[in-house]
Amino acid sequence: MSLQDKKAQLIPAWIRSSGPEDGVVLSSRIRLARNLKNIPFPHYAGEKALESVLDQVERAIDLSGNKKNIRAQNQRLKLTRLDSLNQLERLVLVEKHLVSPNLINHPAHRGVVTNDDETLAVMVNEEDHIRIQILTPGLELEGAWETANEIDDFFEASLEYAFDETRGFLTSCPTNLGTGLRASVMVHLPGLVMVDQAKKVLSALPQVGLNVRGIYGEGTESKGNLFQISNQVTLGQSESDLISNLLSLTKQVIDQEKAVREALLKESKVQMENRVHRAYGILTQARIISSDEAMRLLSDVWLGIECGLITDLPAKKVKELILLIRIAILQQLIGREMTAEERDYYRAAVIRDHLKG
Amino acid sequence: MWCERCSERPATVHVTKIVNDQKTEMHLCEVCAQETGGDLGFLFEQNFSFPNLLAGLLDSESLFSTGVLGSSTLQQGVKCSSCGLTFSDFRQVGQLGCSECYRGFGQSLDPLLKRIHGSTVHVGKVPRRTGGKVRVRKEIEELRKKLQQAISREAYEEAARIRDEIKAKEKEL
Repeated sequence: MSLQDKKAQLIPAWIRSSGPEDGVVLSSRIRLARNLKNIPFPHYAGEKALESVLDQVERAIDLSGNKKNIRAQNQRLKLTRLDSLNQLERLVLVEKHLVSPNLINHPAHRGVVTNDDETLAVMVNEEDHIRIQILTPGLELEGAWETANEIDDFFEASLEYAFDETRGFLTSCPTNLGTGLRASVMVHLPGLVMVDQAKKVLSALPQVGLNVRGIYGEGTESKGNLFQISNQVTLGQSESDLISNLLSLTKQVIDQEKAVREALLKESKVQMENRVHRAYGILTQARIISSDEAMRLLSDVWLGIECGLITDLPAKKVKELILLIRIAILQQLIGREMTAEERDYYRAAVIRDHLKG
Repeated sequence: MWCERCSERPATVHVTKIVNDQKTEMHLCEVCAQETGGDLGFLFEQNFSFPNLLAGLLDSESLFSTGVLGSSTLQQGVKCSSCGLTFSDFRQVGQLGCSECYRGFGQSLDPLLKRIHGSTVHVGKVPRRTGGKVRVRKEIEELRKKLQQAISREAYEEAARIRDEIKAKEKEL
């Protein structure tokens, strides 16, 4: 397989499409936590119970062949058992945001259902029996919710959900109870970070019911000025209220980022040009580069593209690289496990190649 | 406000200590707070995940006595009849054992849910198939709200249409 084919296989298709506000927003995600009746939650369930969840999910997607709502997008659903993959392949799933780090810590009796373009990922036997996730490019929460809602209905048609009239969808952790909904947006805030305002803006969000996290979710740090904003509360508000609250507050953050970018361009254009072109220069010339440095420079180059300072490079190339340079994906691309030194060497090579062609 | 230790960075960590009725306040930046460590160390623990946090919340004796989980020690012995998880197990892990636990522990969960979500009652989606009558009832509630709005806007044709819809739904019950 050529490098080009391998790349295409490793980068989910959605990252190449455009979406609303995609100058600032990398992706939007909707996650629904669901559990099956009469089966203990995964952390408390024995092997037999976990297998029965996998079985039921597999049977449900076998039925999907006849379902219109899934067929409409002409996509096949497929269940992958995590114990059928090696550790590197599992890490690739995490880096593609299809599964959480938590799921691959216990690969036995765990699985993930995906569709062809990998906009859908259903984790099986993570913290809850089923976690439906929809990923979309740009700021597209409402669209993602509609799709997630359809997929949810589709599963519910053949699975017995644990639902209670008062408490809503019953989840393993009470923090997900009710709607089981976690909506999140991955925003790129280099401007706010540059003028030292990101912390101030983001630290206000928990006071209005939102969470801010690093790029792989809970407990991870921010890389390349990417931050994930999500709703905190899941009970007592409807899905559409939760989503519109997140949407309107995220839009305010986006507007602030845009205002800062404009001000920077006006007041320190030369410094901005210097910064983004230096970054571009290093990325196209470096022979050894660490993941952290690469993320930082890619962030600068992406900013340069969005501000019209770099005109010969489409933004999607940078977004693809944000995925391609990650530790597991990079090793999968080269085709073998590597030491940290080797990775830094190949990372630089992959970046140079990708920015060229 | 600047960090009172280094005066170089803005103070983002504010600590109020009360020891023997003596109140002391500290305003530190994140770096200094981390360096002073000691009893502040807990703020920066790597394992600051939600179940841990929740278990911490459940574990705090002061909260227990002031009623986050009621003051009854009896509750600790309450057991879910379906999976066998006890309330004190739940306090340790911060996760429930099965969906029946919610029924088993019943209202003892209310104070906790209120603290997490500010609410104890679900108002969102009702599943299409298993939701059955609940779904219809919630839809009727929504329609009644819309009916009121239509009437106050004096949109009588719309109101009549909504009224018919409500009637049809009520037959489903």
